[in-house]
Amino acid sequence: MEGTPVQNDWYFILLFVVLSPILAAVPMLINYLLGPRKPNFIKQQTYECGVETVGDAWVQFKVQYYIYALVFVIFDIEAVFLFPVAAAYGQLPLFAIGAAVLFILLLADGLAYAWGRGVLEWV
Amino acid sequence: MQIDPIELLVRALDLTILAYLREQFAEQPTALLIVNIVIVLTLATVPLLMVFVVGWTERKVLARMQDRIGPNRVGGRYGVLQMVADVVKMMTKEVIIPAGADRWAYLSAPVLAVMTSVLLFAVLPLAPAVIGVDLNVAVFYVLAISSVSVVAILLAGWGSNNKYALLGAFRSVAQLVSYEVPMILSILVPILLARSMSTIGLVEAQNIPFIVFVPVAALIFFVSSLAETGRSPFDLLEAESEIVAGFHTEYTGMYFGLFMAGEYIAIMFMCALFSTAFLGGYRFFGLEELTTTIMGYPFFVGNLIGAAALFIKSAIIFFVFMWLRGTLPRFRIDQLLNFNWKFMVPLSLVLLFTVAVLDKLIFVWFPDISDGGRALIHLASNFLIAAATIEILRRRIQRQRRALEPAVVAEATPDLEHAHAH
Repeated sequence: MEGTPVQNDWYFILLFVVLSPILAAVPMLINYLLGPRKPNFIKQQTYECGVETVGDAWVQFKVQYYIYALVFVIFDIEAVFLFPVAAAYGQLPLFAIGAAVLFILLLADGLAYAWGRGVLEWV
Repeated sequence: MQIDPIELLVRALDLTILAYLREQFAEQPTALLIVNIVIVLTLATVPLLMVFVVGWTERKVLARMQDRIGPNRVGGRYGVLQMVADVVKMMTKEVIIPAGADRWAYLSAPVLAVMTSVLLFAVLPLAPAVIGVDLNVAVFYVLAISSVSVVAILLAGWGSNNKYALLGAFRSVAQLVSYEVPMILSILVPILLARSMSTIGLVEAQNIPFIVFVPVAALIFFVSSLAETGRSPFDLLEAESEIVAGFHTEYTGMYFGLFMAGEYIAIMFMCALFSTAFLGGYRFFGLEELTTTIMGYPFFVGNLIGAAALFIKSAIIFFVFMWLRGTLPRFRIDQLLNFNWKFMVPLSLVLLFTVAVLDKLIFVWFPDISDGGRALIHLASNFLIAAATIEILRRRIQRQRRALEPAVVAEATPDLEHAHAH
Protein backbone atom coordinates (compact mmCIF):
# COMPACT_ATOMS: atom_id res chain seq x y z
CA MET A 1 0.00 0.00 0.00
CA GLU A 2 3.00 2.32 0.26
CA GLY A 3 4.97 3.98 -2.54
CA THR A 4 3.57 6.22 -5.23
CA PRO A 5 -0.20 6.47 -5.46
CA VAL A 6 0.00 4.47 -8.70
CA GLN A 7 1.08 1.44 -6.71
CA ASN A 8 -1.89 1.59 -4.37
CA ASP A 9 -4.35 -1.31 -4.71
CA TRP A 10 -7.34 0.98 -4.79
CA TYR A 11 -5.79 3.10 -7.51
CA PHE A 12 -6.14 0.07 -9.77
CA ILE A 13 -9.79 -0.26 -8.79
CA LEU A 14 -10.31 3.42 -9.52
CA LEU A 15 -8.81 2.93 -12.99
CA PHE A 16 -11.16 0.00 -13.47
CA VAL A 17 -14.17 2.05 -12.40
CA VAL A 18 -13.22 4.84 -14.80
CA LEU A 19 -12.39 2.65 -17.78
CA SER A 20 -15.06 -0.06 -17.69
CA PRO A 21 -18.03 2.26 -18.42
CA ILE A 22 -16.16 3.54 -21.47
CA LEU A 23 -15.69 -0.04 -22.60
CA ALA A 24 -19.40 -0.68 -22.11
CA ALA A 25 -20.42 2.54 -23.86
CA VAL A 26 -18.44 1.75 -27.03
CA PRO A 27 -20.87 -0.94 -28.31
CA MET A 28 -23.77 1.41 -27.53
CA LEU A 29 -22.10 4.18 -29.53
CA ILE A 30 -21.41 1.84 -32.47
CA ASN A 31 -25.05 0.74 -32.37
CA TYR A 32 -26.16 4.38 -32.33
CA LEU A 33 -23.97 5.19 -35.35
CA LEU A 34 -24.72 2.06 -37.41
CA GLY A 35 -28.44 1.67 -36.78
CA PRO A 36 -31.07 3.37 -38.94
CA ARG A 37 -32.96 6.28 -37.44
CA LYS A 38 -36.60 6.62 -38.45
CA PRO A 39 -38.50 7.53 -35.32
CA ASN A 40 -42.26 7.97 -35.41
CA PHE A 41 -44.94 8.46 -32.82
CA ILE A 42 -46.23 4.89 -32.70
CA LYS A 43 -42.76 3.36 -32.59
CA GLN A 44 -41.75 5.42 -29.60
CA GLN A 45 -44.74 4.44 -27.50
CA THR A 46 -43.91 2.08 -24.68
CA TYR A 47 -44.93 -1.52 -25.30
CA GLU A 48 -48.26 -2.58 -23.86
CA CYS A 49 -49.31 -5.74 -25.71
CA GLY A 50 -50.12 -3.87 -28.89
CA VAL A 51 -52.86 -1.63 -27.54
CA GLU A 52 -52.42 2.09 -27.03
CA THR A 53 -50.36 3.01 -24.00
CA VAL A 54 -52.41 4.29 -21.08
CA GLY A 55 -50.79 6.81 -18.78
CA ASP A 56 -47.20 6.55 -17.61
CA ALA A 57 -45.68 3.80 -15.51
CA TRP A 58 -44.62 5.86 -12.53
CA VAL A 59 -47.44 4.85 -10.26
CA GLN A 60 -47.92 3.56 -6.73
CA PHE A 61 -46.36 0.20 -6.07
CA LYS A 62 -46.94 -2.65 -3.67
CA VAL A 63 -45.63 -1.77 -0.23
CA GLN A 64 -44.49 -5.37 0.29
CA TYR A 65 -41.40 -4.77 -1.86
CA TYR A 66 -40.44 -1.90 0.42
CA ILE A 67 -40.79 -4.02 3.56
CA TYR A 68 -38.56 -6.74 2.15
CA ALA A 69 -36.01 -4.07 1.29
CA LEU A 70 -36.14 -2.80 4.88
CA VAL A 71 -35.58 -6.27 6.32
CA PHE A 72 -32.68 -6.66 3.92
CA VAL A 73 -31.05 -3.42 5.02
CA ILE A 74 -31.09 -4.59 8.64
CA PHE A 75 -29.56 -7.95 7.75
CA ASP A 76 -27.04 -6.50 5.35
CA ILE A 77 -25.67 -3.97 7.80
CA GLU A 78 -25.48 -6.53 10.57
CA ALA A 79 -23.76 -9.06 8.33
CA VAL A 80 -21.18 -6.45 7.36
CA PHE A 81 -20.02 -6.38 10.97
CA LEU A 82 -19.43 -10.13 10.89
CA PHE A 83 -16.80 -9.91 8.14
CA PRO A 84 -14.01 -8.46 10.31
CA VAL A 85 -14.76 -11.11 12.94
CA ALA A 86 -14.50 -13.86 10.34
CA ALA A 87 -11.24 -12.48 8.92
CA ALA A 88 -9.65 -12.14 12.38
CA TYR A 89 -11.12 -15.41 13.66
CA GLY A 90 -7.75 -17.11 14.21
CA GLN A 91 -6.45 -14.46 16.62
CA LEU A 92 -9.65 -14.01 18.60
CA PRO A 93 -9.94 -15.49 22.12
CA LEU A 94 -12.89 -17.67 23.06
CA PHE A 95 -14.59 -14.70 24.72
CA ALA A 96 -14.59 -12.64 21.53
CA ILE A 97 -16.03 -15.57 19.60
CA GLY A 98 -18.75 -15.73 22.25
CA ALA A 99 -19.57 -12.09 21.56
CA ALA A 100 -19.67 -12.73 17.81
CA VAL A 101 -21.93 -15.72 18.33
CA LEU A 102 -24.22 -13.57 20.46
CA PHE A 103 -24.35 -11.15 17.57
CA ILE A 104 -25.38 -13.95 15.21
CA LEU A 105 -28.10 -14.91 17.71
CA LEU A 106 -29.32 -11.30 17.70
CA LEU A 107 -29.55 -11.52 13.90
CA ALA A 108 -31.57 -14.72 14.26
CA ASP A 109 -33.77 -12.99 16.81
CA GLY A 110 -34.40 -10.16 14.36
CA LEU A 111 -35.46 -12.69 11.76
CA ALA A 112 -37.72 -14.47 14.25
CA TYR A 113 -39.31 -11.13 15.17
CA ALA A 114 -39.97 -10.19 11.56
CA TRP A 115 -41.35 -13.67 10.92
CA GLY A 116 -43.61 -13.52 13.99
CA ARG A 117 -44.95 -10.11 13.03
CA GLY A 118 -45.97 -11.52 9.66
CA VAL A 119 -43.68 -9.19 7.73
CA LEU A 120 -42.37 -12.08 5.66
CA GLU A 121 -45.81 -13.05 4.36
CA TRP A 122 -46.50 -12.15 0.76
CA VAL A 123 -50.04 -10.77 0.70
CA MET B 1 14.63 0.73 -18.35
CA GLN B 2 15.70 -2.31 -20.34
CA ILE B 3 13.18 -5.02 -21.14
CA ASP B 4 14.41 -8.20 -22.73
CA PRO B 5 11.86 -9.16 -25.42
CA ILE B 6 12.42 -12.86 -24.80
CA GLU B 7 11.78 -12.46 -21.08
CA LEU B 8 8.65 -10.46 -21.90
CA LEU B 9 7.47 -13.29 -24.15
CA VAL B 10 8.14 -15.91 -21.47
CA ARG B 11 6.29 -13.79 -18.89
CA ALA B 12 3.36 -13.38 -21.29
CA LEU B 13 3.22 -17.13 -21.89
CA ASP B 14 3.11 -18.06 -18.21
CA LEU B 15 0.66 -15.26 -17.35
CA THR B 16 2.95 -13.51 -14.86
CA ILE B 17 3.23 -10.53 -17.20
CA LEU B 18 1.15 -8.31 -14.90
CA ALA B 19 3.48 -8.60 -11.93
CA TYR B 20 6.53 -8.46 -14.22
CA LEU B 21 5.58 -5.21 -15.91
CA ARG B 22 4.55 -3.64 -12.62
CA GLU B 23 7.92 -4.51 -11.17
CA GLN B 24 9.80 -3.20 -14.20
CA PHE B 25 8.06 0.17 -14.21
CA ALA B 26 7.79 0.55 -10.44
CA GLU B 27 9.93 3.70 -10.52
CA GLN B 28 8.14 5.43 -13.40
CA PRO B 29 4.63 6.57 -12.45
CA THR B 30 3.59 7.52 -15.99
CA ALA B 31 4.71 4.25 -17.51
CA LEU B 32 3.14 2.36 -14.62
CA LEU B 33 -0.13 4.16 -15.23
CA ILE B 34 -0.08 3.13 -18.89
CA VAL B 35 0.75 -0.45 -17.92
CA ASN B 36 -2.12 -0.46 -15.45
CA ILE B 37 -4.52 0.92 -18.04
CA VAL B 38 -3.52 -1.83 -20.45
CA ILE B 39 -4.01 -4.43 -17.72
CA VAL B 40 -7.44 -3.03 -16.85
CA LEU B 41 -8.54 -3.00 -20.47
CA THR B 42 -7.36 -6.60 -20.90
CA LEU B 43 -9.09 -7.76 -17.71
CA ALA B 44 -12.31 -6.05 -18.78
CA THR B 45 -12.24 -7.14 -22.43
CA VAL B 46 -11.51 -10.82 -21.91
CA PRO B 47 -14.78 -11.48 -20.01
CA LEU B 48 -16.69 -9.47 -22.63
CA LEU B 49 -15.21 -11.67 -25.35
CA MET B 50 -15.81 -14.80 -23.28
CA VAL B 51 -19.52 -14.01 -23.56
CA PHE B 52 -19.36 -15.23 -27.17
CA VAL B 53 -18.06 -18.62 -26.04
CA VAL B 54 -20.31 -18.92 -22.99
CA GLY B 55 -23.41 -17.79 -24.88
CA TRP B 56 -22.83 -20.27 -27.68
CA THR B 57 -22.11 -23.09 -25.22
CA GLU B 58 -25.27 -22.41 -23.30
CA ARG B 59 -27.47 -22.31 -26.40
CA LYS B 60 -25.95 -25.53 -27.69
CA VAL B 61 -26.16 -27.41 -24.37
CA LEU B 62 -29.67 -26.15 -23.62
CA ALA B 63 -30.80 -27.15 -27.08
CA ARG B 64 -29.48 -30.67 -26.55
CA MET B 65 -31.29 -30.89 -23.22
CA GLN B 66 -34.54 -29.89 -24.93
CA ASP B 67 -33.96 -32.38 -27.74
CA ARG B 68 -33.14 -29.71 -30.32
CA ILE B 69 -29.98 -29.15 -32.34
CA GLY B 70 -29.41 -25.49 -31.50
CA PRO B 71 -27.34 -23.10 -33.63
CA ASN B 72 -26.04 -25.03 -36.66
CA ARG B 73 -25.75 -22.61 -39.59
CA VAL B 74 -23.30 -19.77 -39.00
CA GLY B 75 -19.66 -20.87 -38.90
CA GLY B 76 -19.82 -24.51 -39.88
CA ARG B 77 -21.84 -27.44 -38.66
CA TYR B 78 -21.83 -26.40 -35.02
CA GLY B 79 -22.87 -22.80 -35.45
CA VAL B 80 -19.77 -21.54 -33.66
CA LEU B 81 -20.12 -18.02 -35.04
CA GLN B 82 -23.82 -17.69 -34.18
CA MET B 83 -23.14 -15.26 -31.34
CA VAL B 84 -20.89 -13.13 -33.56
CA ALA B 85 -23.66 -12.94 -36.13
CA ASP B 86 -26.13 -12.00 -33.39
CA VAL B 87 -23.92 -9.20 -32.14
CA VAL B 88 -23.47 -7.82 -35.67
CA LYS B 89 -27.25 -7.92 -36.07
CA MET B 90 -27.78 -6.13 -32.74
CA MET B 91 -25.23 -3.48 -33.69
CA THR B 92 -27.18 -2.55 -36.82
CA LYS B 93 -30.63 -2.33 -35.23
CA GLU B 94 -32.41 0.96 -34.72
CA VAL B 95 -32.05 2.55 -31.33
CA ILE B 96 -35.53 3.28 -30.03
CA ILE B 97 -35.75 5.28 -26.84
CA PRO B 98 -39.38 5.24 -25.70
CA ALA B 99 -41.23 8.53 -25.40
CA GLY B 100 -41.37 9.76 -21.82
CA ALA B 101 -38.38 7.67 -20.74
CA ASP B 102 -36.05 9.09 -18.16
CA ARG B 103 -33.13 9.42 -20.59
CA TRP B 104 -30.31 9.41 -18.07
CA ALA B 105 -31.62 6.43 -16.15
CA TYR B 106 -32.48 4.65 -19.40
CA LEU B 107 -29.05 5.13 -20.97
CA SER B 108 -26.90 4.57 -17.89
CA ALA B 109 -28.56 1.27 -16.94
CA PRO B 110 -26.89 -0.99 -19.57
CA VAL B 111 -23.51 0.63 -18.95
CA LEU B 112 -23.88 0.06 -15.22
CA ALA B 113 -24.99 -3.55 -15.79
CA VAL B 114 -21.83 -4.38 -17.74
CA MET B 115 -19.61 -2.30 -15.50
CA THR B 116 -20.66 -4.00 -12.27
CA SER B 117 -20.07 -7.44 -13.78
CA VAL B 118 -16.71 -6.58 -15.33
CA LEU B 119 -15.41 -4.87 -12.18
CA LEU B 120 -15.66 -8.18 -10.31
CA PHE B 121 -12.87 -9.71 -12.39
CA ALA B 122 -10.32 -7.38 -10.79
CA VAL B 123 -10.05 -9.69 -7.79
CA LEU B 124 -10.33 -13.15 -9.39
CA PRO B 125 -7.12 -15.16 -8.90
CA LEU B 126 -6.41 -17.12 -12.10
CA ALA B 127 -3.21 -18.75 -10.84
CA PRO B 128 -0.92 -18.45 -7.80
CA ALA B 129 0.40 -14.96 -8.59
CA VAL B 130 -1.94 -13.98 -11.40
CA ILE B 131 -4.60 -11.56 -10.21
CA GLY B 132 -5.66 -8.05 -11.15
CA VAL B 133 -5.21 -6.77 -7.63
CA ASP B 134 -4.96 -8.81 -4.44
CA LEU B 135 -7.22 -6.73 -2.19
CA ASN B 136 -7.22 -7.81 1.45
CA VAL B 137 -10.99 -7.25 1.46
CA ALA B 138 -11.65 -8.89 -1.91
CA VAL B 139 -14.79 -10.80 -0.90
CA PHE B 140 -16.22 -7.65 0.61
CA TYR B 141 -15.46 -5.80 -2.60
CA VAL B 142 -17.24 -8.49 -4.62
CA LEU B 143 -20.37 -8.25 -2.47
CA ALA B 144 -20.34 -4.45 -2.63
CA ILE B 145 -19.96 -4.35 -6.40
CA SER B 146 -22.51 -7.06 -7.09
CA SER B 147 -25.12 -5.27 -5.00
CA VAL B 148 -24.79 -2.29 -7.33
CA SER B 149 -26.15 -4.45 -10.15
CA VAL B 150 -29.54 -4.14 -8.44
CA VAL B 151 -29.34 -0.41 -9.09
CA ALA B 152 -28.72 -1.03 -12.81
CA ILE B 153 -31.85 -3.15 -13.05
CA LEU B 154 -33.93 -0.65 -11.08
CA LEU B 155 -32.68 2.20 -13.28
CA ALA B 156 -33.62 0.23 -16.40
CA GLY B 157 -37.08 -0.60 -15.10
CA TRP B 158 -37.81 2.85 -13.79
CA GLY B 159 -36.26 4.74 -16.69
CA SER B 160 -38.16 2.84 -19.39
CA ASN B 161 -41.55 4.28 -18.40
CA ASN B 162 -43.09 0.89 -19.16
CA LYS B 163 -45.35 -1.00 -16.78
CA TYR B 164 -43.86 -4.39 -17.53
CA ALA B 165 -40.35 -3.05 -17.08
CA LEU B 166 -41.32 -1.50 -13.77
CA LEU B 167 -42.88 -4.75 -12.56
CA GLY B 168 -39.73 -6.61 -13.55
CA ALA B 169 -37.61 -4.06 -11.71
CA PHE B 170 -39.68 -4.41 -8.52
CA ARG B 171 -39.47 -8.16 -8.63
CA SER B 172 -35.76 -8.08 -9.27
CA VAL B 173 -35.11 -5.71 -6.39
CA ALA B 174 -37.10 -7.92 -4.02
CA GLN B 175 -35.33 -11.03 -5.31
CA LEU B 176 -31.75 -9.80 -5.63
CA VAL B 177 -31.87 -7.96 -2.35
CA SER B 178 -33.36 -10.96 -0.52
CA TYR B 179 -30.96 -13.53 -1.87
CA GLU B 180 -28.00 -11.38 -1.05
CA VAL B 181 -28.53 -12.18 2.63
CA PRO B 182 -27.95 -15.96 2.39
CA MET B 183 -25.16 -15.28 -0.06
CA ILE B 184 -23.35 -13.02 2.41
CA LEU B 185 -23.94 -15.40 5.30
CA SER B 186 -22.77 -18.46 3.38
CA ILE B 187 -19.62 -16.82 1.98
CA LEU B 188 -18.78 -15.89 5.57
CA VAL B 189 -18.26 -19.58 6.33
CA PRO B 190 -15.24 -20.09 4.01
CA ILE B 191 -13.86 -16.74 5.16
CA LEU B 192 -14.14 -17.95 8.72
CA LEU B 193 -12.40 -21.22 7.88
CA ALA B 194 -9.65 -19.47 5.90
CA ARG B 195 -9.34 -16.51 8.32
CA SER B 196 -8.89 -14.27 5.30
CA MET B 197 -11.06 -12.02 3.16
CA SER B 198 -8.68 -11.96 0.19
CA THR B 199 -9.43 -14.33 -2.66
CA ILE B 200 -5.80 -15.53 -2.75
CA GLY B 201 -6.00 -16.18 1.00
CA LEU B 202 -9.17 -18.22 0.48
CA VAL B 203 -7.51 -20.40 -2.12
CA GLU B 204 -4.25 -20.81 -0.21
CA ALA B 205 -6.15 -22.02 2.88
CA GLN B 206 -7.78 -24.87 0.98
CA ASN B 207 -5.43 -27.81 1.35
CA ILE B 208 -8.72 -29.67 1.36
CA PRO B 209 -11.42 -27.85 -0.65
CA PHE B 210 -13.97 -26.17 1.62
CA ILE B 211 -16.82 -28.03 -0.04
CA VAL B 212 -15.63 -31.07 1.96
CA PHE B 213 -15.75 -29.00 5.18
CA VAL B 214 -19.12 -27.35 4.67
CA PRO B 215 -21.17 -28.81 1.81
CA VAL B 216 -24.36 -27.17 3.14
CA ALA B 217 -22.79 -23.71 2.93
CA ALA B 218 -21.64 -24.49 -0.60
CA LEU B 219 -25.18 -25.48 -1.53
CA ILE B 220 -26.67 -22.31 -0.04
CA PHE B 221 -24.09 -20.19 -1.82
CA PHE B 222 -24.76 -21.99 -5.09
CA VAL B 223 -28.53 -21.52 -4.88
CA SER B 224 -28.25 -17.86 -3.93
CA SER B 225 -25.76 -17.23 -6.73
CA LEU B 226 -28.35 -18.70 -9.09
CA ALA B 227 -30.86 -16.21 -7.74
CA GLU B 228 -28.40 -13.31 -7.73
CA THR B 229 -27.64 -13.77 -11.42
CA GLY B 230 -31.36 -14.12 -12.18
CA ARG B 231 -31.02 -17.61 -13.59
CA SER B 232 -33.77 -20.19 -13.90
CA PRO B 233 -35.55 -21.25 -11.67
CA PHE B 234 -35.15 -17.74 -10.24
CA ASP B 235 -35.57 -15.83 -13.53
CA LEU B 236 -38.61 -13.89 -12.33
CA LEU B 237 -37.09 -10.57 -13.31
CA GLU B 238 -37.44 -11.44 -16.98
CA ALA B 239 -40.25 -13.95 -16.85
CA GLU B 240 -41.21 -13.81 -20.52
CA SER B 241 -44.56 -15.52 -20.11
CA GLU B 242 -45.74 -13.00 -17.51
CA ILE B 243 -44.11 -9.63 -17.97
CA VAL B 244 -42.84 -9.68 -21.60
CA ALA B 245 -39.09 -9.30 -20.99
CA GLY B 246 -39.07 -7.71 -17.55
CA PHE B 247 -36.79 -4.79 -16.94
CA HIS B 248 -35.29 -4.74 -20.45
CA THR B 249 -38.58 -4.76 -22.37
CA GLU B 250 -37.93 -1.34 -23.89
CA TYR B 251 -34.31 -1.92 -24.87
CA THR B 252 -33.31 -2.59 -28.47
CA GLY B 253 -30.19 -3.73 -30.28
CA MET B 254 -26.91 -3.54 -28.47
CA TYR B 255 -28.53 -1.71 -25.56
CA PHE B 256 -30.31 -4.96 -24.80
CA GLY B 257 -27.19 -6.92 -25.73
CA LEU B 258 -25.25 -5.23 -22.96
CA PHE B 259 -27.73 -6.49 -20.36
CA MET B 260 -27.29 -9.98 -21.74
CA ALA B 261 -23.50 -9.62 -21.73
CA GLY B 262 -23.59 -8.31 -18.17
CA GLU B 263 -25.67 -11.28 -17.09
CA TYR B 264 -23.32 -13.80 -18.69
CA ILE B 265 -20.25 -12.09 -17.24
CA ALA B 266 -21.85 -12.15 -13.78
CA ILE B 267 -22.63 -15.86 -14.22
CA MET B 268 -19.05 -16.56 -15.28
CA PHE B 269 -17.78 -14.73 -12.24
CA MET B 270 -20.17 -16.47 -9.86
CA CYS B 271 -19.03 -19.86 -11.17
CA ALA B 272 -15.41 -18.79 -10.74
CA LEU B 273 -16.12 -17.43 -7.25
CA PHE B 274 -17.79 -20.68 -6.24
CA SER B 275 -14.72 -22.56 -7.48
CA THR B 276 -12.45 -20.14 -5.61
CA ALA B 277 -14.32 -20.24 -2.32
CA PHE B 278 -15.34 -23.89 -2.18
CA LEU B 279 -13.48 -25.97 -4.78
CA GLY B 280 -9.93 -24.79 -4.19
CA GLY B 281 -9.79 -22.27 -7.06
CA TYR B 282 -6.64 -22.68 -9.13
CA ARG B 283 -5.24 -25.46 -6.94
CA PHE B 284 -4.80 -28.84 -8.55
CA PHE B 285 -2.93 -31.37 -6.37
CA GLY B 286 0.12 -29.12 -6.06
CA LEU B 287 0.69 -29.06 -9.82
CA GLU B 288 0.00 -25.31 -9.79
CA GLU B 289 3.43 -24.77 -8.18
CA LEU B 290 5.42 -26.39 -11.03
CA THR B 291 8.24 -24.36 -12.60
CA THR B 292 10.71 -25.02 -15.39
CA THR B 293 13.23 -22.94 -17.28
CA ILE B 294 12.90 -21.69 -20.83
CA MET B 295 15.84 -19.92 -22.50
CA GLY B 296 17.42 -19.07 -19.19
CA TYR B 297 14.25 -17.62 -17.67
CA PRO B 298 12.07 -19.34 -15.05
CA PHE B 299 8.81 -20.48 -16.57
CA PHE B 300 5.85 -21.07 -14.27
CA VAL B 301 4.08 -23.98 -15.96
CA GLY B 302 1.95 -24.24 -12.83
CA ASN B 303 0.21 -20.98 -13.69
CA LEU B 304 -1.16 -22.49 -16.87
CA ILE B 305 -2.24 -25.63 -15.01
CA GLY B 306 -3.83 -23.48 -12.30
CA ALA B 307 -5.74 -21.36 -14.80
CA ALA B 308 -6.90 -24.51 -16.58
CA ALA B 309 -7.99 -26.04 -13.26
CA LEU B 310 -10.01 -22.92 -12.39
CA PHE B 311 -11.52 -22.89 -15.88
CA ILE B 312 -12.56 -26.55 -15.70
CA LYS B 313 -14.01 -26.21 -12.19
CA SER B 314 -15.98 -23.13 -13.25
CA ALA B 315 -17.14 -24.88 -16.41
CA ILE B 316 -18.52 -27.75 -14.36
CA ILE B 317 -20.44 -25.31 -12.16
CA PHE B 318 -21.67 -23.50 -15.26
CA PHE B 319 -22.87 -26.82 -16.64
CA VAL B 320 -24.97 -27.27 -13.50
CA PHE B 321 -26.37 -23.76 -14.06
CA MET B 322 -27.43 -24.77 -17.57
CA TRP B 323 -28.71 -28.12 -16.39
CA LEU B 324 -31.01 -26.47 -13.84
CA ARG B 325 -32.22 -24.02 -16.47
CA GLY B 326 -33.10 -26.92 -18.72
CA THR B 327 -34.85 -28.84 -15.96
CA LEU B 328 -36.67 -26.68 -13.44
CA PRO B 329 -39.82 -24.59 -13.88
CA ARG B 330 -39.97 -21.02 -12.58
CA PHE B 331 -40.85 -20.09 -8.98
CA ARG B 332 -43.79 -17.87 -8.07
CA ILE B 333 -42.73 -14.68 -6.32
CA ASP B 334 -44.24 -15.59 -2.92
CA GLN B 335 -42.60 -19.03 -3.09
CA LEU B 336 -39.34 -17.39 -4.03
CA LEU B 337 -39.35 -14.99 -1.11
CA ASN B 338 -40.61 -17.61 1.36
CA PHE B 339 -37.91 -20.01 0.25
CA ASN B 340 -35.33 -17.34 0.93
CA TRP B 341 -36.51 -15.82 4.20
CA LYS B 342 -37.99 -18.92 5.83
CA PHE B 343 -35.51 -21.51 4.64
CA MET B 344 -32.21 -20.19 3.27
CA VAL B 345 -31.63 -17.39 5.77
CA PRO B 346 -32.40 -19.40 8.94
CA LEU B 347 -30.37 -22.33 7.63
CA SER B 348 -27.36 -20.17 6.83
CA LEU B 349 -27.61 -18.51 10.26
CA VAL B 350 -27.60 -21.92 11.96
CA LEU B 351 -24.67 -22.96 9.82
CA LEU B 352 -22.69 -19.82 10.53
CA PHE B 353 -23.39 -20.23 14.25
CA THR B 354 -22.23 -23.86 14.23
CA VAL B 355 -19.04 -23.19 12.29
CA ALA B 356 -18.16 -20.14 14.41
CA VAL B 357 -18.48 -22.13 17.63
CA LEU B 358 -17.11 -25.43 16.40
CA ASP B 359 -13.97 -24.20 14.68
CA LYS B 360 -12.80 -22.43 17.83
CA LEU B 361 -13.61 -25.39 20.05
CA ILE B 362 -11.73 -27.73 17.74
CA PHE B 363 -8.57 -25.68 18.22
CA VAL B 364 -9.14 -25.39 21.97
CA TRP B 365 -9.66 -29.14 22.43
CA PHE B 366 -7.25 -30.45 19.78
CA PRO B 367 -4.52 -27.84 19.26
CA ASP B 368 -2.54 -30.03 16.82
CA ILE B 369 -5.44 -31.29 14.72
CA SER B 370 -4.70 -32.04 11.07
CA ASP B 371 -6.71 -30.52 8.23
CA GLY B 372 -8.34 -33.87 7.60
CA GLY B 373 -9.62 -34.21 11.17
CA ARG B 374 -10.92 -30.65 11.14
CA ALA B 375 -12.70 -31.30 7.85
CA LEU B 376 -14.22 -34.48 9.26
CA ILE B 377 -15.67 -32.72 12.33
CA HIS B 378 -17.14 -29.91 10.21
CA LEU B 379 -18.51 -32.43 7.74
CA ALA B 380 -20.20 -34.38 10.53
CA SER B 381 -21.81 -31.21 11.92
CA ASN B 382 -22.99 -30.33 8.42
CA PHE B 383 -24.56 -33.73 8.00
CA LEU B 384 -26.38 -33.33 11.31
CA ILE B 385 -27.69 -29.91 10.26
CA ALA B 386 -28.80 -31.26 6.89
CA ALA B 387 -30.56 -34.24 8.51
CA ALA B 388 -32.32 -32.03 11.06
CA THR B 389 -33.40 -29.61 8.32
CA ILE B 390 -34.84 -32.38 6.19
CA GLU B 391 -36.70 -33.84 9.20
CA ILE B 392 -38.20 -30.44 10.12
CA LEU B 393 -39.24 -29.84 6.53
CA ARG B 394 -40.79 -33.31 6.30
CA ARG B 395 -42.94 -32.73 9.39
CA ARG B 396 -43.95 -29.28 8.22
CA ILE B 397 -45.00 -30.52 4.81
CA GLN B 398 -46.92 -33.41 6.36
CA ARG B 399 -48.79 -30.97 8.62
CA GLN B 400 -49.58 -28.70 5.70
CA ARG B 401 -50.83 -31.62 3.66
CA ARG B 402 -53.14 -32.76 6.45
CA ALA B 403 -54.51 -29.26 6.88
CA LEU B 404 -55.13 -28.91 3.16
CA GLU B 405 -56.82 -32.22 2.43
CA PRO B 406 -58.43 -33.61 5.62
CA ALA B 407 -61.14 -35.32 3.64
CA VAL B 408 -58.76 -37.03 1.26
CA VAL B 409 -56.51 -38.29 4.05
CA ALA B 410 -59.47 -39.57 6.09
CA GLU B 411 -60.83 -41.38 3.09
CA ALA B 412 -57.56 -42.88 2.01
CA THR B 413 -56.36 -44.13 5.39
CA PRO B 414 -59.00 -46.83 6.19
CA ASP B 415 -58.67 -48.17 2.69
CA LEU B 416 -54.97 -48.62 3.13
CA GLU B 417 -55.46 -50.37 6.46
CA HIS B 418 -58.08 -52.56 4.89
CA ALA B 419 -55.72 -53.55 2.13
CA HIS B 420 -53.01 -54.33 4.65
CA ALA B 421 -55.27 -56.59 6.69
CA HIS B 422 -55.79 -58.93 3.77
